Amino acid sequence: MQRIGDAPALRRLLIGSAMALAALFLLLPLVAIFVQAFAQGVGVFWTNVSDHYTLAAIRLTLLIALATIPVCLVFGVALAWLVTRFEFPGRRLLQTLIDIPFAVSPVVAGLVYLLLYGRNGWLGNWLDGNDIQLMFAWPGILMVTIFVTCPFVARELIPLMQAQGSREEEAAVTLGAPGWTIFRRVTLPNIRWALLYGVILTNARAVGEFGAVSVVSGAIRGQTNTLPLHLEQLYQDYNAVGAFASASLLALIALLTLAAKASLEWRTARREDHP
Amino acid sequence: MSIRLHNISKHFGKTRALEPVDLDIAEGELVGLLGPSGSGKTTLLRIIAGLESPDLKPAGRIQFGDRDVTHLHVRDRRIGFVFQHYALFRHMTVYDNVAFGLSVMPRKNRPSSGEIRSRVYRLLEMVQLEQMANRYPAQLSGGQQQRVSLARALALRPDVLLLDEPFGALDAKVRQELRRWLRQLHDELNFTSLFVTHDQEEALELSDRVVVMSNGRIEQIDAPDTLYRQPANRFVFEFLSDVNLLEGTVRNGVLTCGNARLAVDLADGAEELLMRPHEVELREVPSAAAHLPVTVTAISPVGAEVRVELAADWMAEPWLATISHTDYERLELRRGARLYAVPRRWHRFPAAGRAEQHVSLALAS
Amino acid sequence: MSAPSLPFALGSTPKRVLPGFGLSLGISLTFVSLMLLLPMTGLVGQLAGLSLAEYWAIITDERVVASYVVTIGAAAVASILNAMFGLLLAWVLVRYEFPGKRLLDALMDLPFALPTAVAGITLATLYSSNGWMGQLLEPLGFQVAYTWVGIALAMAFTSIPFVVRTVQPVLEDMPHEMDEAALTLGASDATGFRRVILPHLWPALMTGTGLGFVRSLGEFGAIIFIAGNMPYQTEITSLMIFVRLQEYDYAGASAIASVILFVSLALLFAINVWQGRFIKRLHGGHG
Repeated sequence: MQRIGDAPALRRLLIGSAMALAALFLLLPLVAIFVQAFAQGVGVFWTNVSDHYTLAAIRLTLLIALATIPVCLVFGVALAWLVTRFEFPGRRLLQTLIDIPFAVSPVVAGLVYLLLYGRNGWLGNWLDGNDIQLMFAWPGILMVTIFVTCPFVARELIPLMQAQGSREEEAAVTLGAPGWTIFRRVTLPNIRWALLYGVILTNARAVGEFGAVSVVSGAIRGQTNTLPLHLEQLYQDYNAVGAFASASLLALIALLTLAAKASLEWRTARREDHP
Repeated sequence: MSIRLHNISKHFGKTRALEPVDLDIAEGELVGLLGPSGSGKTTLLRIIAGLESPDLKPAGRIQFGDRDVTHLHVRDRRIGFVFQHYALFRHMTVYDNVAFGLSVMPRKNRPSSGEIRSRVYRLLEMVQLEQMANRYPAQLSGGQQQRVSLARALALRPDVLLLDEPFGALDAKVRQELRRWLRQLHDELNFTSLFVTHDQEEALELSDRVVVMSNGRIEQIDAPDTLYRQPANRFVFEFLSDVNLLEGTVRNGVLTCGNARLAVDLADGAEELLMRPHEVELREVPSAAAHLPVTVTAISPVGAEVRVELAADWMAEPWLATISHTDYERLELRRGARLYAVPRRWHRFPAAGRAEQHVSLALAS
Repeated sequence: MSAPSLPFALGSTPKRVLPGFGLSLGISLTFVSLMLLLPMTGLVGQLAGLSLAEYWAIITDERVVASYVVTIGAAAVASILNAMFGLLLAWVLVRYEFPGKRLLDALMDLPFALPTAVAGITLATLYSSNGWMGQLLEPLGFQVAYTWVGIALAMAFTSIPFVVRTVQPVLEDMPHEMDEAALTLGASDATGFRRVILPHLWPALMTGTGLGFVRSLGEFGAIIFIAGNMPYQTEITSLMIFVRLQEYDYAGASAIASVILFVSLALLFAINVWQGRFIKRLHGGHG
């Protein structure tokens, strides 16, 4: 088949430049993280990772991610079901609204939460009076993390569910299936991979969020430091190896995310080839 | 310009799409490539266009007139190509689509912009779309889009016009109209054209000659009426129209199958005879030569004739007979009626190597 | 059978066949109100405390204006680079087969998957004067770390997937007849690309670049480590908010945040409208 850009020389040139670009721009930083983390040997890496404050940061980070995912999952599925299965006034507006977290700078996101729930905010005043502290504590970190990650699941599901249409669910209704059964037996099997992918993205972002969290966390070592904040502190303290040890853990999660994505895509592609 | 193919073959990976093929098309001819899907007709067309390259071994040759174009890039072959799904550039207006070929010519050969303009408008007039010059393809109907696509292909005054299922995506009425119109255009401008179709009616109606293909092989090349009257083999016969099959054993000049009998002048042994629907007559009593009892299972009046579906125990597949409205009224046909089929003519295609046989029967009543 | 009586007020339309409208609407609205809209009231509240003159003074403060220039300038450079390189990468990934293609494809998502702070310290380390890249570039006179070039680099890193992943599916769906039609009409590779393929990809390319630009304007974690954060020179606007917060100047932080928020949302809206217009022209919509 003849296509534009098929000439072998051009082809080699373009593939070569793309590879070089990706190697320099994407692969090199990735390699650098691990090289820096192990710059002083495995022993030092281990000391850094098993440091009391690092462990506390890991624990907090994982807890936050673990708490974020179910919230985003429920919201994402509900929203996707709502906007792809029903027509109602304000549908477009709702779809635009959930894109806000993508467009807003994470620092701004952190700030609006701080303004509302912090000591100066109108809700914060009341909370303070009742001795409830949300900001500079884990609930604040959780809230801003949910804010920045909430579009992921919905964004994965909406195009898919739109493309699939509601014919299968309607068929289930005519067969007399109750609501939950329809969702569980008809919808869920169709969207499970997109759902899983949404969760993986949510997790990656939840674990790595920096801007928004740094505004509301207060960064108290051992208490409100997430892993990204912890590595920032180490880096500012000129403990590069320590910072990169933490960074390598986050990079590992990123790599797992990429691998999971690639395998999910491969699975989908294979299913499309052999229906 | 004439087209001459010699020893052209094509593999996609390990699958053979085209056996070594020879084909000569005279200047000014309109030739249809007819075959079922997977027969290699589109591959052959795309090889002629230069969109696919033929196998290097055995080495084949493609000539346009005296020009050997075998190794020429598609952009240098001076062909016009019309795609099944039009392949119009969606972001360009109708005018820009038609002008594209002229406007991408190297500067030294390119006509002046005034000349391009007048040529494009002449083409648009020819395809009766001059009112649509500033529309985008998405705003046109399928038939209009295909006309734009044709004008675009003709803008460079190609030596050869190649059309890949040009009417395949259109509905029946538009297709009929465009067919007639393409024939006119061809006769007027007298370019050499080759088109691909899987619709036998289209091929027979439009072409000077038809190339019938199956399984990557050319089965027959002939004018439409020769093709219909003297199909080279059973495939061609079956592909050109509906076919009724009579399968049985011949003994002493009579072919028997269950309670069906037909007098034939053939040697003893198993035989398969084929008949076209219009070669089967329906009667209330059997003839001397034919005793083929049938039951009417469906009747559908289609245009000038009536199609009657027939069933019987001795058939593997239901038969189809087309009869005139006069006969239909005379016989007072209805579903469930029991009648006798009398073939006017039958055909047989013995195993490869021997000539086919077409026998007309004297219709003794 | 009568129309199903639905347990919510909006159920006046009896045509909803599928169940769960009330539940999904309830969850979605509660979430959107609590998590997205309610917090915005905090910002509005802060801003309400400012007079127009005060507001204007804060957002046109010399140091803040310098940060706008740095942020927008670097984001513009990053976006132009991304448009070019993103197009190249998408093209190579869709049009060619070569060993390592799947790896390259997977690698494209790295900037989305890698936490921004990790990207930030890594880029800063790589391009500092004793880093791998810095050692190579500085003798040649290219100072990347602690300059706006570093900021643009970090922005390009975090937003290149936007371009690649927006262009890729459009290029994949482009029928091969488009190429073939251009070739049969005698177009060269360059002309065919410029006149047929590029216009086809243009809406996706612009959308991807636009999204990347919006992301770059708001990016924080990847930038602050490599930026150097010199007032008037390499301070980005997101950092200005941070600086004001550390001074407990909540009103100042809010005012600057409102500018970023407004610009981002306006851009997002513009991209949506623009995309809608293009789609309409290419896929029908008569007149």
